[in-house]
Amino acid sequence: MRKLFALLLAVVMVFALAACGGTNEEGSEPNGGGEALIKVGIINLDPSESGYREANVKNLNDTFTKENGYEATFVTAPTADKQLEAARGFITAGVKYILVSAAETTGWDEVLQEAKDAGIKVFLFDRMIECDKSLYTAAVVSDMRKEGETAVAWLESLNLDEYKILHIQGQLGSAAQIGRSDPLTEKCAADEKWTIVREGTGGDSWDPNEANKIAKAAIDAGEEFNIVYAENDGMAQGVVEALDAAGITHGVDGDVIIMGFDCNKWALEKLLAGEWNYDGQCSPFQAAEIDKMIKTLEAGKEIEGLNDKNQIISEEKGFDAKTITQTDIDTYGLG
Amino acid sequence: MNKKKNAASGLRQLLIPLIALGILIVFNLIRDVSFFSVEMRVNNSGNVVLAGNLISIIDTASELAIIAMGMTLVTAACGGQDISVGAVGAISGAVLVKVLQAMGGITALSVVAAFAAATAVTILFKLFNGTLVAVFRIQPMIATLILFSCGRSIAYWINGSATPQLTSPIIDSIGKTIPGIPVPTPVFAVLLVALLLVLIFKFTSLRLYTQSVGINQGAARLNGVNPTVVKLISFVILGVCVSVAALIGVSRLGQLNHKTLLVDIEMDAILAVAIGGNSLAGGKFKLIGSVMGAYIIQMLTTTLYAMNVNPVNIKAYKAIVIIIIVVAGSPVIKNALTSLFKKRRPAKAQTEGVS
Repeated sequence: MRKLFALLLAVVMVFALAACGGTNEEGSEPNGGGEALIKVGIINLDPSESGYREANVKNLNDTFTKENGYEATFVTAPTADKQLEAARGFITAGVKYILVSAAETTGWDEVLQEAKDAGIKVFLFDRMIECDKSLYTAAVVSDMRKEGETAVAWLESLNLDEYKILHIQGQLGSAAQIGRSDPLTEKCAADEKWTIVREGTGGDSWDPNEANKIAKAAIDAGEEFNIVYAENDGMAQGVVEALDAAGITHGVDGDVIIMGFDCNKWALEKLLAGEWNYDGQCSPFQAAEIDKMIKTLEAGKEIEGLNDKNQIISEEKGFDAKTITQTDIDTYGLG
Repeated sequence: MNKKKNAASGLRQLLIPLIALGILIVFNLIRDVSFFSVEMRVNNSGNVVLAGNLISIIDTASELAIIAMGMTLVTAACGGQDISVGAVGAISGAVLVKVLQAMGGITALSVVAAFAAATAVTILFKLFNGTLVAVFRIQPMIATLILFSCGRSIAYWINGSATPQLTSPIIDSIGKTIPGIPVPTPVFAVLLVALLLVLIFKFTSLRLYTQSVGINQGAARLNGVNPTVVKLISFVILGVCVSVAALIGVSRLGQLNHKTLLVDIEMDAILAVAIGGNSLAGGKFKLIGSVMGAYIIQMLTTTLYAMNVNPVNIKAYKAIVIIIIVVAGSPVIKNALTSLFKKRRPAKAQTEGVS
């Protein structure tokens, strides 16, 4: 009986493998024009993480298509180890380009070196990696630090008597979190009018529920704060629920200032309604830029327009509830 | 058996939750009386709401209390627990949102329709669990492990990888407060579910059947009770509970995140059943005990918050308290206490020993 079961399992596994093999072969066939497809491997984060990521994944999916001349394999993984595993898989599979949005800024040197040795060109998108710039061809990224600085400068321009901040951080160690946190923590260390009342993280999935718990904990403990600095829109929303439940007013005419990042459409609508005060933009549309660069390389030319860190920086701004218009929402809102 | 004796044994079952609740209340009274203060405030939408730690407790524990009630029934009938409630809750939320999106706008009608669809799907998933348990006689924890591990992936597949937003006054009314009523709506949902179950128990023999199946399946069958049907019914009721909890969970934040909706609620629900003095091996049960268990768990969490414990560390502190509660309710300690009791009042204890 047991043997029969084992045999059955083995058969199922063989079929499963055969099925996988089938799709691979299908993918590597040249398309109608007779021109070989460009093999790319794309490593991203989980699309359910946020509206930002959803837009980002969709943007890449829509750009790196067969019609556009690519044979793209997509991997979405929320953690560094799974991403590294995927990268190794791509190197083994012999792709020509690897595109990465890294879960963590460190730990990539070895894999990137392997890719380089294998003659694979690496593009970073959305998030930077801390490594030698020779390890990647180009990076199309947001300047997260600038996003944080813009937000803090906006907060400073309000000229409040005191800044008591509830700080909800993103995935610790990610470029987005570090870039958005550092300007705030530096400002709080430098200026005694600024204090962080409570600090917590939404974790790897930038979880609104976690943010909600942190806010509830702060409220239950009787802590007073007049600013919520949440490092993405979803987590800001999580805090707002706790405020609503506790009968604490927020927004333009409220007691607490609400700040978010990413510029989801629904979040900008909350700005327009005066329920939130500030939203920092973070552009998720990097695919077109990378597509252009790959096509340039394929044509045998050099990529131009990179800065001294091999980067192309997306232009981004911050929105104030008092000045935002419907046109801004239609132009910059995600989703 | 006379009623008095039943009441006495019922009270005994509630001894542990009552003591736990009492200790928490006394502890907070000593620590900081303002913990119990409740005040009226006007929130951002211009609604008058009650605010304070007590309100926070009964509001936040709503989903847990509702699921704990369903879990009590499954536990009583099957002698095991359904650990897939959180994951199936995510599926329920995903269906809810999907239907709402398909219907265009959010109106009272579309919310009702979406909730009905979500409940139907949830019941189907629960019947899957129920069939494995009742028909194929697989251990409940193993049978429900399947959906526990793949439920959130199914939810992900249904909602198409998005974290959709639901912005509507109707959704706010469900997840937060109805304009003009200062008590959070989820609290009413708990009352409603509890009332429904009480009515079912009053007008049907479900309670008796469930307990008899839980105590001795063979004897129940010989007396004309079909254990398979009784077990399946318990899973259907749990399905409805999960669906209600998912509706509240989605409405609270006005968004669906399949990964975090009702996350880790299964363990808290089982715990609530245990703290409520119900046997996890099935048989006799008390719904009120499980509901109290849910509020005790939340009160513990809120107390720890009020003491400035970081939400990240809260599980460790909770674990310590829960070990104490569970060990205090264990048969060994109970017997020790009973024998202590016996020495003092031998006559009464002996009659109780018979029951």
